[in-house]
Formats: sequence, structure tokens, C-alpha cells
Amino acid sequence: MNEFIQVIVSGILIGGIYVVVAMGLSLMFGVTKIINFAHGEFLMLGMYAAYFIYKFLGIEPYTAIFIITPLFIVIGMIIYKLVINPIVDRKHEIQIFATLGLSIVFQNMALFLWSADFRTVNLSYSTATVSFGDITISLARLIAFLAAAVITAAMLLLLKYTYVGKALRAVSQQNTAAELMGIKVKRIYLIAFSIGIALAGIAGALLMPVFYAFPTVGAYFSLAAFVVVVMGGMGDVTGALIAGLIIGIVESLSGFYVAAELKEAIYFVLFIIILFIKPNGLFARKEAK
Amino acid sequence: MLKIENINVSYGEVQVLHNVSLDVEEGEIVALIGANAAGKTTTIKTISGLLKPTAGKITFNGTNIAGLSTSKIVELGIVQVPEGRLLFPEMSVLENLELGAYTPQARKVRHETIKTVFQLFPILEKRSQQLAGSLSGGEQQMCALGRGLMAKPKLLMVDETSLGLSPIMAKTVFESIKQINKTVGMTILLVEQNVHWSLRLAGRCFVLENGKVVLNGPSKELKENPHLQKAYLGM
Repeated sequence: MNEFIQVIVSGILIGGIYVVVAMGLSLMFGVTKIINFAHGEFLMLGMYAAYFIYKFLGIEPYTAIFIITPLFIVIGMIIYKLVINPIVDRKHEIQIFATLGLSIVFQNMALFLWSADFRTVNLSYSTATVSFGDITISLARLIAFLAAAVITAAMLLLLKYTYVGKALRAVSQQNTAAELMGIKVKRIYLIAFSIGIALAGIAGALLMPVFYAFPTVGAYFSLAAFVVVVMGGMGDVTGALIAGLIIGIVESLSGFYVAAELKEAIYFVLFIIILFIKPNGLFARKEAK
Repeated sequence: MLKIENINVSYGEVQVLHNVSLDVEEGEIVALIGANAAGKTTTIKTISGLLKPTAGKITFNGTNIAGLSTSKIVELGIVQVPEGRLLFPEMSVLENLELGAYTPQARKVRHETIKTVFQLFPILEKRSQQLAGSLSGGEQQMCALGRGLMAKPKLLMVDETSLGLSPIMAKTVFESIKQINKTVGMTILLVEQNVHWSLRLAGRCFVLENGKVVLNGPSKELKENPHLQKAYLGM
């Protein structure tokens, strides 16, 4: 029984980070209707950013979030202006080519600049643990989870209570009406995209102390993020929160009781089942039009 | 107040509006009437800046607005209540109204404006925490009108407000439009298929057919026009 609780807890901890990754992806899709196939690569860049900041400046990844967030917002704005803005009203095929192309560019750029080596950050507490009764938790994972929880809460509050947040939701639900209310829709696209990329970068930084960076690490996490986004409902940020935790738990359970190598196969089975029974997401209130 | 002179508008290769001219004076209700696909919605989409005219002039209080962005046009005071309401369905009635007051000048006075809106539509105050998508058709139309008023427009353009409503609900909505004109002194451009109500509410009407204005004048005179009687009133 303890073992089971232990597995569930570690699933929730990793799920917290999936929530941050998926929330960004879902926000971008909801607002711009563009699927960002390069999302995992922004996470990869976030990991490298955290790695180099630690290596050269000695700032720990969790603190580095305060540098990575503004940095990735700026990167997001530049990428939006250069790549996304020209395709935002184009056909889906063109949008897919653009973001998929971006992902290939970033993977190869990383390979070229930083080689295929695995990079890790060893903090004094990377292997430290804390115990709650019989449950033992890695301290680094706990900190990452708590940081993810704070960021998630901040995002939900922003979306719920600020005018920008309301405009983001308005554009995602009815962009013509939003435009008719005087909302500069293209500017909201830019904001959604920059926030989404910053969230991917932050997730990368949170993962760095407990994982390792390499050029194709993004694929590993973006797969989970896509399953989370579909499960939570495309564009539904609150849905992504619950679905992220569920996927974390599923991964942890399957890794422990089935086989670690099979966890991706299990995602996919889950993914297909969800598409069959709840194609609009587990929490969809109505059918998509 | 609003003056459209000889505009042409095309969707790609297809020209839909041919030399359309119309004008609205302050304090008036003017109706733009015509059958489906006559070009009514195209006309007000062009006024709102969602479409750009290929020729002609649109001036609002002396400013040329043809080619300006929609957000700029909203700031100048022209607000459209779109066909099909287009509410934000997963947001509360209150949030929908707040988003109406998005421009800086409307946002400043939103607390006063919302009182006026609740006076006009008491049902919206009762439903303020409900999701807009869960309202009945008539309530949704009121919410859309309220959202439009929240933008503090000088000219409110109302597109197909009665579409999909029961005759009784349509009557309520039309009467509230009259009320908005009377109590707030709002200038209104009404775009309608419902010719009966248009003639009753509006002081003047413009009739669009196949992208051209074929008739215009005071409603009293148009009521007697044989073409209008035959084509639109079934007389």
C-alpha cells in the first residue's frame, strides 16, 4: 500500500510539470488555433538555458526562472513576429509545416551548437529526499512541483481576473466578436504565444535538476503534453491542469507496475481511448462546432 | 454623423457592393433592409473595418474611416452588435459585458455604463453570474446589445437582431432598441430582414438589392412605395 501511495505521489510531482508544459500548448492553440509542434523544443531550450545559466553564472535553475521567463517572453515575441504572424490566417497544412519546421530547426541548432551530449545540473540537493511518514520524496522534484503549482495558479488567476486574461479567453471563444469589441486580436495572439513559450521554457528549467538536457529531449515531453491537451480539451487550460496530473499518475503507475519502456505505448492507448469516447476532451461541456 | 459614399466591396473576385451610399444623422434610427445575401452584413462589416472597400469613402464625424483597423473604429465610437449574437459562450454574462468595455475610454466609465445596461435589461443583472451560452435566445440578444452599449458607442449598429427569435421575443428586443434610442439618445443603424419592424422603428430606411441601394427615404413614404409593398410586405 505504501508503495502504491509512493508511486501516486511521484506521479503527481511529475504531473505538475506536465501541467505547465500543456497549459502553454493549450493556451496557444485555444487563442491562435495553431498547434505548436515546436513546443517541446522550447522546453529543450529552457533546459539548456537553465544549464548554461547554472554553469556560467552559478544561478540554480529554480532561481533562473526569473531570468528565463522574461527571456522566453522576448523569444516568443520574436518567433511570433517572424514565423507565426505570417501564417496565422493561412491553411492548417501551412501552419503545421511552419511549426514542425521550427522544431527541426531548433533540434539541429542545438545539436550543432551543443552536441548530442547529455547535460545535467548537479545541485547540492539533487539527490536529497524528504520523508512524510513512510513516503519519501526527492527534494528537487518537490521544489519543482511547488514552483509549477505557483506558476499554474498565477496563470489561472491571470486568465480569470485580469483584462488581458479575459481578452485571451474572449479571443479563444469568439475572435470575431472580440475584434468587434475593439480587442486587437493580433496582439492577443502575440501575448498568448509569448506566454506559451515562456511556460515551456519555465518547465524546462524546472526539469533540469531532475532530468538531463539533449537536443531531442523535447519530443519526450511534447508527446505527453499533446496527450494532456487532447485529454483536457483543446484550448481548455483548466482541463489541462487535471489531465496533466492524471497523465503524471498514469506514467508513474505504468512505469512501476508494467514496464518503464512501455509508458509511451500506454499514453497512446489512453490517447486513442479518449479520442473514441470523449473526442472534445474529458471535461468538454458541449460538442465542438 | 456617418456618411458612406459610393463604396464598392469585393470578396476576392466577386464584387458584392456596387456604389452603395447611405448616411446616418445623430439621434436617428436608420434601417438597412433587404433580403438574404443582398449585402447588408457586408455593408456593416465594411463600416466596422472587418472588410475594406475597394472604392468610395466612409466618413464618421468628418474623419475618414475606410481602411482603419476595427479597434480604431471602435475607439472612434462605432460598435457593431453582430448577427448571431456571437457572445463569449463560456464566460459569464458579467464578463461578456465587461469585455464590451475594452477600449480605454469605455473601461474608465464601465461601472456607470453597466448600471444603465442593467436598467435597460434587468434580466441581465439577474443572470450576471450565469454562462452566456446557457441563456435563452432572447436573453442572449439582450446580452449582445448590452455588451455593445458597454463600449460607449456614438453609433450602434445592430445586425439581424430578431433572427431566430420567437415573434414575441423579437417584439421585446425591438422595443428595447427603441428604448435605447429614446432614453440614451443612441444613434442606431439597424440591419434587418424584418421589414415591418424596420419601418416602424426607423425614421429612414435604405433598401439593398443585389448589392445596390434601390430605394431610400423616410419610412412613412417607403410604406406607400408599391415596389416595397410588393417585394417585402406581401401586399
